[in-house]
Amino acid sequence: MTRDRTAELPESPDDGTLLQKPVDRRGALGLLVGGLAAGAAALSACTPLNAATPKEREIRLLEWEEFTQKHYRRMTEKERAETIERLERLAKLRDNQDVTIATTGAQPGVLFGYAFNISKCQGFRNCVEACINENNLDRRAGTQYIRIFEMENGVVDLDEANPTYQHEVPTPGHFYLGAQCFQCADPPCVPVCPVGATWQEPDGIVVIDYDWCVGCRACMAACPYWARRFNWDAPEVPREEVNPDQHYLGNRARHKGCMEKCTFCIHRTRKGRLPACAEACPTGARVFGNLLDPNSEIRWVLANKHIFRLKEELATEPRFWYFSD
Amino acid sequence: MYLRAFLLSALRSATSGDRRYHLWMGSLTAVMLLGAYGYYVQVTQGFGVTGMNDHVSWGLYISNMAFLVGVAAAAVILVLPAYVLHDVDFSRAVLIAEGVAVSALVMCLAFVTANSPGLPFKWWRLTPVIGLLNWPSSMLAWDVIMLNGYLVLNLAIPFYVLYSHFVGHEPAKKKYVPFIYVSVVWAVSIHLVTAFLFAGLPARPFWNSALLGPRFLASAFTAGPAFMILLLGFIKTTSRYEIPDAAISKLATVTTVAAQVNLVMLLSDVIFEFYSPTHHSTSARYLFFGLAGHHALVPWIRTGIAMNLLATFTLMIHPLRRNTRVLMLACGALFVGIWIEKGIGLVIPGFIPSPLGEIVEYTPTWVELLVTAGIWALGLFVLTVLVRVALPIELGEVRSPNLEAPLSSRVIRPRTFRPRYEEVRPVRTR
Repeated sequence: MTRDRTAELPESPDDGTLLQKPVDRRGALGLLVGGLAAGAAALSACTPLNAATPKEREIRLLEWEEFTQKHYRRMTEKERAETIERLERLAKLRDNQDVTIATTGAQPGVLFGYAFNISKCQGFRNCVEACINENNLDRRAGTQYIRIFEMENGVVDLDEANPTYQHEVPTPGHFYLGAQCFQCADPPCVPVCPVGATWQEPDGIVVIDYDWCVGCRACMAACPYWARRFNWDAPEVPREEVNPDQHYLGNRARHKGCMEKCTFCIHRTRKGRLPACAEACPTGARVFGNLLDPNSEIRWVLANKHIFRLKEELATEPRFWYFSD
Repeated sequence: MYLRAFLLSALRSATSGDRRYHLWMGSLTAVMLLGAYGYYVQVTQGFGVTGMNDHVSWGLYISNMAFLVGVAAAAVILVLPAYVLHDVDFSRAVLIAEGVAVSALVMCLAFVTANSPGLPFKWWRLTPVIGLLNWPSSMLAWDVIMLNGYLVLNLAIPFYVLYSHFVGHEPAKKKYVPFIYVSVVWAVSIHLVTAFLFAGLPARPFWNSALLGPRFLASAFTAGPAFMILLLGFIKTTSRYEIPDAAISKLATVTTVAAQVNLVMLLSDVIFEFYSPTHHSTSARYLFFGLAGHHALVPWIRTGIAMNLLATFTLMIHPLRRNTRVLMLACGALFVGIWIEKGIGLVIPGFIPSPLGEIVEYTPTWVELLVTAGIWALGLFVLTVLVRVALPIELGEVRSPNLEAPLSSRVIRPRTFRPRYEEVRPVRTR
């Protein structure tokens, strides 16, 4: 990890060497002053040098380290631990929040799959609300990972569906279809990223390193299921509503200008819990489980129900199926 | 080496001029400053100040980028005949074409940067080793390589040629001709890669067409030469730099042919979308006719196509094309028409409706308009400087200090009276 503890620079060495290049004392002084001046000018806004209070100074320092941190997949275990420590400290310093950020990896023998029962869903959108709370979604922009489409019986056309209904549900003569990130087996959003900031984990979850993302939104253009959301502004979550149980690749605080998406609640599901949407559903329309476990409910659904997926012709192989009773 | 003298004299050429020149550069600077302010607002407040949203995730910036890559690629229309086919008529215009390419690329890179909140500071992530350039799978990574490579080629070749002329040598063919060949292939590639950035996305049926790449080339070879004609016409009337009429009339022919090909491809697309409209045609329906009460782009695309049609048919009539004023008007119309058709008329409808059928329209905000205007001003500024530096050297007005002293062994002839390259073999053009 690159460190820039400018404030802790050692006293200039007496042996007359600097940067492994022999220079005389005057030259060394010139180099130092020149370098410092150039550095200060270039980084004036983000270095700890011009911070007013010690707290602000520490925040700036941590932000600078965040800026220069490695890609998550290239970090060693130690670097990951340091990164997490820093992020937790930043949450404390900035908003006085005590959060725990996990880096739990994919569990062996697990491949997540989801099935959605269109005959059970009544369009209550408890899942949407649970998702917003669980994943610390931006309240100001009203970000939602889940979209529930109200569809007329007999019409299986999303163009004709109503995803923004504001009335009492269920409406007679209609059914409801929920969409979120389908964690495709061949995700079109992954290869398009110019900096490799998004990838698929071994358990099938497509994740984003928020700190590595440069915000070009190519993945957003590439997703055929409109599953990705962008932080156009700095996201806002009221302090008392923040879910402190977080994951580096999941619901930790995002910053403005980075992409985010549904991760099947990676912080929960990797510990064996259900995603928040599945847990919140009052109708039992949502079935989540391990596709590699032959005794799982999802495997039973796939084996015994008539299932379909959206836009199969695109061959992205979503791990999200629809079925009806 | 007279590099220092070269740079100093370039600086002198670029900063000296009459009042109109300073007024022009001053106004460009003012617009650039306005753009910088818009960019400052966008960086500090977040991209929420733009008109883009989760549905329409690319807007004016990427539209302009797609268009300008074409303008940059079109330099090949002059580079290929001038250097490879030894066309005398183009030999005097080719440096200017490379200048246009450089300024268009500067604009492209500026638009890409303006489009990504992370890029001004996180650009290093796009470099191999310290960053992570997702090459070869990401088309954007390809685009980054292609645009920067083409920029380097178009800076290095003219620099070498100009510097040689500056110090009184003829440029050594073997030193730059290999790079010319590279740049010819590169020019076509940058635009194909940019087209694949869109065409490679099955999520967006409006772009997901094999025709997109060729269509990009056809429109590029229309808009690029059209701009060159305007610029060469301007240089011809305002400077001593002689540009043969044949160069302009050849460019006019190229523009006319490319504009016709472009119209054929447009027609082909329209028939494809509307003869048997499928779900995949909804974006085209939105663009040309509006969809469910939303028709923000309809007046734009109709204006753009009308301009293209009118200009193309005008250029197809020989007496009209040979009339300088009509030619200039038609070229202006083509440039703007293609900008509409290929910029906002191609990028934005790709997002409407969204892949799940929602219709959210896009209107650029004042921030985007300011930044866009600023970047165009930056491009024109760069172009002006480059032309301003190149012309006096080519005219023999500015020379290396070593040539000021009387030279017994060498006679320097003013460059006005001979083709620019000694090695250029005259070819019969008719």
